[in-house]
Amino acid sequence: MTAETGMDDPGDQFPVGMRVLAVDDDPTCLFLLGALLRRCQYNVTTTNQAIAALELLRENRNKFDLVISDVHMPDMDGFKLLEHVGLEMDLPVIMLSAHGDPKLVMRGITHGACDYLLKPVRMEELKNIWQHVIRRRKFDSKEQNKPNNQDKQPLAGSGCSPGSAGTSNTDQKMTKKRKDQNDEDDEHEEDPSTQKKPRVVWTVELHRKFVAAVNQLGIDKAVPKKILDLMNVEKLTRENVASHLQKYRLYLKRISCVANQQASLVAALGTADQSYWRMGSMSGLSNLHTLTAPRQFQNTVFRPLSSSGVIGRLNTPSGLVVHGSPSSRNIQFGCAQNLNNSMNDPLKFQSTIVHGNQNGNLVLGITGYSERDQLQHHKHKSISSVQDMANASCSHTSLPSVRNNSFMVAARPQNTQGGGANENLSSIDSQPSEISRSLLDHGSCGANWSNGVQPTQILPSSYPPTGFPRQLGFLPSSNPSGSSSITLMYSQSHDATANANSQGGINSSGHMSSNVQFRGWEDRNQDAAYRSNVLCSSLNSLIHENSGVSGSASPSPTDPAFYRNLNFNCGNPIQTKHDGFAKLAEEIPLRQDQGYIIHQQMAQQSRISNNLGSLDDLVGSLMKQDKDKVKLLDGDLICNNYTVGTSM
Amino acid sequence: MASRRQIAAMKQSLFDQDYLDEQFIQLEELQDDANPNFVEEIVTLYYRDSSRLVSNIEQALERNPLEFNRLDSLMHQFKGSSSSIGAKKVKAECTLFREYCRAGNAEGCKRSFQQLKREYATLRKKLEAYFQQARQAGPFEAARRSK
Repeated sequence: MTAETGMDDPGDQFPVGMRVLAVDDDPTCLFLLGALLRRCQYNVTTTNQAIAALELLRENRNKFDLVISDVHMPDMDGFKLLEHVGLEMDLPVIMLSAHGDPKLVMRGITHGACDYLLKPVRMEELKNIWQHVIRRRKFDSKEQNKPNNQDKQPLAGSGCSPGSAGTSNTDQKMTKKRKDQNDEDDEHEEDPSTQKKPRVVWTVELHRKFVAAVNQLGIDKAVPKKILDLMNVEKLTRENVASHLQKYRLYLKRISCVANQQASLVAALGTADQSYWRMGSMSGLSNLHTLTAPRQFQNTVFRPLSSSGVIGRLNTPSGLVVHGSPSSRNIQFGCAQNLNNSMNDPLKFQSTIVHGNQNGNLVLGITGYSERDQLQHHKHKSISSVQDMANASCSHTSLPSVRNNSFMVAARPQNTQGGGANENLSSIDSQPSEISRSLLDHGSCGANWSNGVQPTQILPSSYPPTGFPRQLGFLPSSNPSGSSSITLMYSQSHDATANANSQGGINSSGHMSSNVQFRGWEDRNQDAAYRSNVLCSSLNSLIHENSGVSGSASPSPTDPAFYRNLNFNCGNPIQTKHDGFAKLAEEIPLRQDQGYIIHQQMAQQSRISNNLGSLDDLVGSLMKQDKDKVKLLDGDLICNNYTVGTSM
Repeated sequence: MASRRQIAAMKQSLFDQDYLDEQFIQLEELQDDANPNFVEEIVTLYYRDSSRLVSNIEQALERNPLEFNRLDSLMHQFKGSSSSIGAKKVKAECTLFREYCRAGNAEGCKRSFQQLKREYATLRKKLEAYFQQARQAGPFEAARRSK
């Protein structure tokens, strides 16, 4: 009976003390919601800002069991928040709205909401929301099939220490439940249908293999069985691959949406400079490097990616690298789930980038999304730097790139762990702190980049469009070389999947992100993760898993969640309208890898308290560099810029 | 000082005249020893926050041409808050206003908004009077549903 030992009997005690995070910008509604939830005996935390909510969640994944959020919020679209939470933390999210519009409800569903309530909310409805928490747990346990509970264990454990007496019990129980789930072997199940199996941890390494397999088969022809065969990983089941593939597909869709937007941006900009593009592709890493190298780099980077291809890159996570401000962890990798939303943010970001005074931060607005938000809301170190940038530039509002940000983020994580793939990783490891530091420096970020962008390795030139320019050369530079190393890693890890196409973007993104991430990691859990969360989340989870969150405490929660959620859902379901999409698709794999790698790297560095953070950092750093670039690009470009910058 | 029955009657009339709906009852249910002034607190919060919205909408209505999307979005927020406290008539006016917005009917919007402001102000006065009486009578008692 090991299975259920210690597990809470659902309904018994739990849901009392269930920890809910309520988010609504309307104070009246929030007040009411809080009161209702408390009346249901839940442990309630309220916030009127989505960004603050994300931060709270990122700080400690185990702190909450459920999130309730309004759909219409000024700082971030509720759906975007929803995606982030799903990707990064894998928590059930309930949407709230005064609108019962079926289209909105549908959107909620596609973004992964487990319920959609209408305002004014009634007590009876809230009394039952705990079911979503239980359901998810059971569902998760079903999916698990690898006893990789390391991540979970710590998570579970951490969840046990909440101060609240009321909830501690529940927490413990819940934690225990998780532990039990993790610990359980396949053999015994209390519930045959749920089959508590260890969840498969999609580490960066694993994901990379996955992406490579998918690319090899072709995204259209990739079927789980074949992918599984190609991957040749023990203990991986077809089901695991199938669910992962589903997520991946959604992610690609999302990217393509973003890409589309980017494409339009690019088109608008009209200048997709090759060099720029390359820069962008370096995604992050490269950007970083490039940034350091020369300001001129920035210029090139900014060149609007006129070609859709560029956009594609941009979209790819790498591109997303929030060029604007590497420091701004906020680099939202989250592919603009809600493009709209992200747009806003990115704009911000972009504007910051625009100024780019500080750094060449390539972080073009793309990452801006998250960053922007972050800037506004977060005081994170990275953010500050970004903010500087943002303030400086603030003009860019064209955030279409925002979406990119999300990409970037994703890109990063991959590298971190780099299970072996990254030779550079090792180098980066040593660097990571450096990089992260360099990257993250808020104000200095830009400076770092511009000055030393050691990571310069990223060298756009080295960035061969095909495949990752592994070489990215980053790193050798001492400075933020850490970042460069990351990029290298990134590229390396990418190789596998590095589709030539993405190379530019991906690499850069990878790099960038790594760079950024590093910073972030070092500094702290960066929120940048937010952005990156979207992409990174999946990546992160991978990374974490790989690295086992090397030491970094918190990453783990995200990892599994991330990975599981690898929701690369595009805000708009596959709008493959633009050509870049295909590229994106390719790039995405790369990116992801990169992201993972980076992430891993970061995790290793473990400084990263949050996986996300690292990404954010990366993004932030990237962004910083891109800042300058962003300027050039203009908000719209941001997305594009982003990749461009990174395209190293 | 009004007797409990009088206070109850005041409240009843608010319901009868559609100023308030069931949501208000839920607010009262949330009021207890731990939150003895919950209803009044939330209503106060509502009026404070929504006054900002009202002035935003007013300003937006002075533009030319009208930005219906923005108006719709503002009104959406306003409607959400109003429905949270059970302001029935106000909520109905919000819905009407939004329909005019969607139809692009500027005149309709303006007219509807004027009506909305009236309802909003009337409700405020009535609630203030009600709370005042209730406070005097004793918060806990006043909170009791005495329909």
